[in-house]
Amino acid sequence: MSAVIDHPGHGHDHAHDHAHDDHGAPQGWRRWLYATNHKDIGTMYLLFSFTMLMIGGVLALLIRAELFEPGLQFVNPQMFNQFTTMHGLIMVFGAIMPAFVGFANWMVPLQIGAPDMAFARMNNLSFWLLIPAALMLVGSFFMPGGAPAAGWTLYAPLTLQMGPSMDAGIFALHIMGASSIMGSINIVVTILNMRAPGMTLMKMPLFCWTWLITAYLLIAVMPVLAGAITMTLTDRHFGTHFFNPAGGGDPVMYQHIFWFFGHPEVYIMILPAFGIVSAVIPAFARKRLFGYTSMVYATASIAILSFMVWAHHMFTTGMPVTGQLFFMYATMLIAVPTGVKIFNWIATMWRGSMTFETPMLFAVGFIFVFTMGGFTGLILAMAPVDIQLQDTYYVVAHFHYVLVAGSLYGLFAGVYYWAPKWTGVMYNETRGKIHFWWSLISFNVTFFPMHFLGLAGMPRRYADYPMQFADFNAIASVGAFFFGFAQVYFFVFIVIPMMRGKGEPAPQHPWEGAEGLEWEVPSPAPFHTFENPPKLNASATKIIA
Amino acid sequence: MKMTKALWHRAGQLGVTLGALLATRLALAVGDLPGGPAVNQLDLHPPVTEIAADQRWLHYFMLVICTVIFIGVFGVMFYSIFKHRKSKGAKAANFHESTTVEIVWTIVPFVIVILMALPATKVVVAMKDTSAADLTIKTTGMQWKWGYDYLKGEGEGIGFVSTLDASQRESSDSGKPAPVDDYLLKVDNPMVVPVSKKVRIITTATDVIHAFMVPSFGIKQDAIPGFVRDTWFRADKVGDYYGQCAELCGKEHAYMPIHVKVVSAADYTKWVDGKKKEMAALADDPAKVWTLPDLLARGEKVYAGNCAACHQANGKGGGPIKPLDGSPTVLDADKTKQIHTVLNGQNNGAMPSWKQLSDTELAAVITYTKNNWSNKTGQLVQPAEVAAARK
Repeated sequence: MSAVIDHPGHGHDHAHDHAHDDHGAPQGWRRWLYATNHKDIGTMYLLFSFTMLMIGGVLALLIRAELFEPGLQFVNPQMFNQFTTMHGLIMVFGAIMPAFVGFANWMVPLQIGAPDMAFARMNNLSFWLLIPAALMLVGSFFMPGGAPAAGWTLYAPLTLQMGPSMDAGIFALHIMGASSIMGSINIVVTILNMRAPGMTLMKMPLFCWTWLITAYLLIAVMPVLAGAITMTLTDRHFGTHFFNPAGGGDPVMYQHIFWFFGHPEVYIMILPAFGIVSAVIPAFARKRLFGYTSMVYATASIAILSFMVWAHHMFTTGMPVTGQLFFMYATMLIAVPTGVKIFNWIATMWRGSMTFETPMLFAVGFIFVFTMGGFTGLILAMAPVDIQLQDTYYVVAHFHYVLVAGSLYGLFAGVYYWAPKWTGVMYNETRGKIHFWWSLISFNVTFFPMHFLGLAGMPRRYADYPMQFADFNAIASVGAFFFGFAQVYFFVFIVIPMMRGKGEPAPQHPWEGAEGLEWEVPSPAPFHTFENPPKLNASATKIIA
Repeated sequence: MKMTKALWHRAGQLGVTLGALLATRLALAVGDLPGGPAVNQLDLHPPVTEIAADQRWLHYFMLVICTVIFIGVFGVMFYSIFKHRKSKGAKAANFHESTTVEIVWTIVPFVIVILMALPATKVVVAMKDTSAADLTIKTTGMQWKWGYDYLKGEGEGIGFVSTLDASQRESSDSGKPAPVDDYLLKVDNPMVVPVSKKVRIITTATDVIHAFMVPSFGIKQDAIPGFVRDTWFRADKVGDYYGQCAELCGKEHAYMPIHVKVVSAADYTKWVDGKKKEMAALADDPAKVWTLPDLLARGEKVYAGNCAACHQANGKGGGPIKPLDGSPTVLDADKTKQIHTVLNGQNNGAMPSWKQLSDTELAAVITYTKNNWSNKTGQLVQPAEVAAARK
């Protein structure tokens, strides 16, 4: 039995269902199109983001196939640029961000004891906006001249040379931005107004905290992105010259505006993963999270600092000395709160009573591999070293270590941890472990050699490269295909069986050490939960009445 | 049991195949390129300037600190992972906060970060000091080639364009490039500079942003259209040094390499003299009236060097690139139409402006396209007509 696919109102507590059956919950496709239930919307978000992950993944594999050996075997360089651009845009805006919103939809109301999200209809709109946006973005491949090919950063004035698909891409980003802002407003209002009595802010699970902070970041920076791409649009069609040097515009201004969005965006994609890991580690160490308060402060500090470091993406544009020094210091400073988080997680594990089910494996894998990405980030923060490494494969390695091994592994940890609650069945532990080790090894085979390529000076976004880079590229390509297949395996052998309710029934409280209100409701979680505010114990982790 | 055996067998087969594949690749007869990448290079390029040496030192310094922290932190984590397991009978302790510990592990990384920033600061200041240069060269990024203009110092007035070797570009398209050491790094006209002299590089661009990078010198500077930025180097060793464009600049981004030849002071003087003579000889008399065969011969060279990358040698273009063979603009009886397009570009610069070529070169290439492939207009464009259109 599974809450994910079952009609609401079957397979669980009927006393609860009575109230809503009266107002006739829609069925069939209407259930999804008219969805206002946070669990249904969360499920749709997660399936949408997985679809986009697969599309972005196929593009990544096309890139790696072309780079397997020197020379152009499959595509021309223009097509190659379309692949790199669309891979980036789809993964960032289509896969990672909506996946975290899906988690927020499912888990925030369950964790704070709220009946649903604050604005249920806006929640529906913010999901359904994603579909036309995604169709427009992916469909741009079929427009004259092909998809946008200016890199996911869409730097001017290259964007001014693009065909009509650039406009489609810009509109798609506008719509996705609007969707993100609505989602964020919903999350902020839900967390601030709808907590159960006794669930004070400083007793709230860290996942809610990290999402609260992330939502503020999103509300602050998505309009900035919208501004930058709107100016690009008017430059393209309405004769303005914001970024066009021919009319006195400044292409570097675009980069400043873009990265003022882009750097907080990086934290938007990692902070909720920090929240997930902060839930998983204590559960499997059977020990409370170490330094809860400092975790909250560290998250807030990272968020605030993230607004002051944007120009470290631009060291090679030719900033004045003082600019380079300021942004170098500020960037290195971010290592401090990030370090505090890592130390707190390890202190949580220390003298715990650990077991290593799949969620814990992904969480520990996250800490280990994400930290490697953190160290390369510190090395890149040093302006003189960055001059060598900017725009090389070293940067590609760095951000895949933090975005794949960071965000994506965080998401996987969360799926394995909470899916029993979502679906009512346990996943197959052996398969989960295969997925973890397969992903971890192939990930490192793919991305570790890229550090060497970058140090040796291979620029990124290159369709072809000097012969000396051939071997590491070949290794990376082989690794990438293994990594891609690991995710297909995950979908076919773990996600689908769980969604169909195949597997051992999950108990209400499947993890011995897990704490929190989501484990106080049955598995699968009923369609409606916490319709009456629950009465909580002192630590706000259990219902007492 | 049978199943596992079969699986191992499969895995073994796969391993052998992969191994064989890598072995054949390693057997590719490619050697290290001095001044460029080495085969499977693991580290930054051997430095040829003080800045590059400082960068390498900083990188090692960071690597050592990060490795020590890494081993320390993950030593603790893995110790815990192996010792504090439920299966080993570990009972969970109850501690979950300590303000002292939190303060310590905030302050200590803060101090480490400051220690890291100090040596880096010195290098940043040195890197940005472009004053008192012996030689100033303006490098202009163009889709997709580099222009070098010697602005100040010995060789003042020299200017030329540097493009990737056309046969290497074709070799890339073929999908089976010949294994040469300087694949995609060979240019027709390298930048030449004297050894041990401070060279200031001014960067700009004509169309989109490019980036001028030479790893051995430790420089990378974006070339931004409409703006002027600078960087500098003082090469300590004579030799050939290679780099590539580092900022995505459109279709041929991977095909605009940089080759800097560092020569002794005497050789440099010799090169300057030779180059000046060559330029004087090459300077075409813009008033000269050309014959069709001469223009066609000249135009073919200009086409191969500038146009063929997009429009292809057969004039058919491809994808968003318009064909010239049979193009109405090219075939139009009104010659000024094509002259205008070539001079000013089209589609927001997707077809760039070619103002930087001389009147003679433009006249030659336009005549060539009007009388090649299936285009048989018999029209002749003289340099004077291009000069008139420029006004």
